[in-house]
Amino acid sequence: MTGSQNFRTATLTLDRPGDPTVFGDDVRAAAAELIARYPAGQERSALLPLLHLVQSEQGYVSPDGIAFCADTLGLTKAQVAAVVTFYTMYKRKPTGEYLVSVCTNTLCGMLGGDEIYAALSQTLGVGMNETTPDGAITLEHAECLAACDYAPVVTVNYEFFDNQTVESAGDLVARLQAGERPLPTRGAPLCTFKEIERQIAGFADERPESLDAEATGAPTEVGVKLAIERKESAPSYSIGRE
Amino acid sequence: MPLTPVLTKRFGTNQPWKIDNYEALDGYTGLRKAVGMPPEKVTAIVKDATLRGRGGAGFPGGMKWQFIPQDGAKPHYVVVNADEGEPGTCRDLPLMMNDPHSMIEGTIIACYAVRAERAFIYIRGEAVHAIRRVTRAVREAYERGYLGADVLGAGFACDITVHNGAGAYICGEETALLDSLEGKRGQPRLKPPFPATNGLYDAPTVVNNVGTLASVPYIILGGANWFREMGPEGSPGPSIYSLSGRVANPGQYEAPMGTTLRELLDLAGGMSRGKELKFWTPGGSSTPLFTREHLDVPLDFDSVVKAGSMNGTSALMIFDEDDSVVRAVYKWSKFYEHESCGKCTPCREGTYWYVGIYERLLDGRGTKEDIDTLLDVSDNILGRAFCALGDGAVSPVVSSIQYFRDEYEALIRQPVEVAS
Repeated sequence: MTGSQNFRTATLTLDRPGDPTVFGDDVRAAAAELIARYPAGQERSALLPLLHLVQSEQGYVSPDGIAFCADTLGLTKAQVAAVVTFYTMYKRKPTGEYLVSVCTNTLCGMLGGDEIYAALSQTLGVGMNETTPDGAITLEHAECLAACDYAPVVTVNYEFFDNQTVESAGDLVARLQAGERPLPTRGAPLCTFKEIERQIAGFADERPESLDAEATGAPTEVGVKLAIERKESAPSYSIGRE
Repeated sequence: MPLTPVLTKRFGTNQPWKIDNYEALDGYTGLRKAVGMPPEKVTAIVKDATLRGRGGAGFPGGMKWQFIPQDGAKPHYVVVNADEGEPGTCRDLPLMMNDPHSMIEGTIIACYAVRAERAFIYIRGEAVHAIRRVTRAVREAYERGYLGADVLGAGFACDITVHNGAGAYICGEETALLDSLEGKRGQPRLKPPFPATNGLYDAPTVVNNVGTLASVPYIILGGANWFREMGPEGSPGPSIYSLSGRVANPGQYEAPMGTTLRELLDLAGGMSRGKELKFWTPGGSSTPLFTREHLDVPLDFDSVVKAGSMNGTSALMIFDEDDSVVRAVYKWSKFYEHESCGKCTPCREGTYWYVGIYERLLDGRGTKEDIDTLLDVSDNILGRAFCALGDGAVSPVVSSIQYFRDEYEALIRQPVEVAS
């Protein structure tokens, strides 16, 4: 059995009360900025972003992170912990520099994703949500990543590596372990897991090299290209017509 | 049926996610036109267009807007459901990555129509590149005066907040999404009351899918009649069909609602490895499977229901005769088990039972009673679960037994090799 986690099996390491003061003033300022994005009196809406923020500092949601979010938002630690365990992206153990996610939902899985996951698990010597001893890679099998037309897909820190094979995925992790950063098929040049978590918290990387990075491919454009080739289009309208 | 790119028409053009390029291709002209009309007129046009929700349920979009009470003191909200996660569905992410402004323009128009000054775009957390481009596009829209305290000088204020999720399929369910946006576990709420009266922060809220909102600027520009020129009367407009699996050229094909798989397969170059079509989903894994006998079913909200399934997200996952349907359904069941939020017993326990039974079947320990147990469990989920996730989990199980019972029975005699 693969080690799937859900509300039944989710565990949280709460072996200590957690120390919210481990986060510095910069983190508090970032938290305040996130909270200010929501209407007054609705600060709790910033909890999901704040959890991404503490994860971007520590590589997982630790007891410190839970205490920090609880303190900052005036919630109990139990309320925060209940939210942490609900969502897949909040990691309960320190995550490696690169989170490698292999889609093993039906479509990708049957087109090779299952084999890719098994091969990576064997090569890396880690199972679900486990990290290689060098701290480079955490492996997980993911649910549908909304890239079925590029199946089977693997993501590294959530950037797409499309149309993978056992060989190409093996090469990908080998290069990551060797300190290289292969370019994603679609998505920005790789950064670390902590850095991507800061982006997901709400501080997106808007530098041109990230923003302008490829986000398209043959499957995305296949229909529109075919329409041009066949001289087909939607009925036309003139702007200004009622 | 011809291809009719509307939402996808900018794909492949020069950096369509940038506001200059978007504006050069009619961008934000729909918003300019909309703010020149009374809000009620905007809603009426969308309603007349019969724009049905592209998120899967197919609920008439204009009606959702009309349900927003216009006499209360509470603020109104528009929430964009960009939590794409239905297995097989892969059209909102390409749209947000390549043409985020159309969704943003539609969102601003929706805000104007329902008198909301605040919108939230709830984007799936894993969709990092979509987050980047949507975040940037929102900033550009502020810089050009399409958002802010006085949109286009029309005397209406509108703000958009981009909110990123944290990985939970259930948050695509609109009330679970609202709870998640409020910083809670994403569990669905009891309905009624509906979000239109008691939504985000207990205030009147419209929740629309990315594709629904992205359609709005075109409807405002072209008019309701233009939109209804495409597709059948009750379910008109262009639809992005996402073909994946054993097909030669997978991808996004935008064609009028009511296009058939036979026509789409023809566009996509046929099957990928010379094998016969065996089973497919018309709208993601939560819609009952179709088979070869459904090649000519018009894929629109009404016709697919008549043929025994649902149009869903028009995500066509295509499998051929070498694919084991039992293995496919096992994997979907594992997905539903993992993503069941745990709130209600039929779904939480039912999906858990599914997985146990499928593992037994694939492991060669199945019995004939297992098929009956699967159907019995299904009976106890369908219509009894708190939200549509439970019903969705039932779809592949029951439909696969209906069409491929012999394969289940053969498996009981002779197990197949299953990876992971």
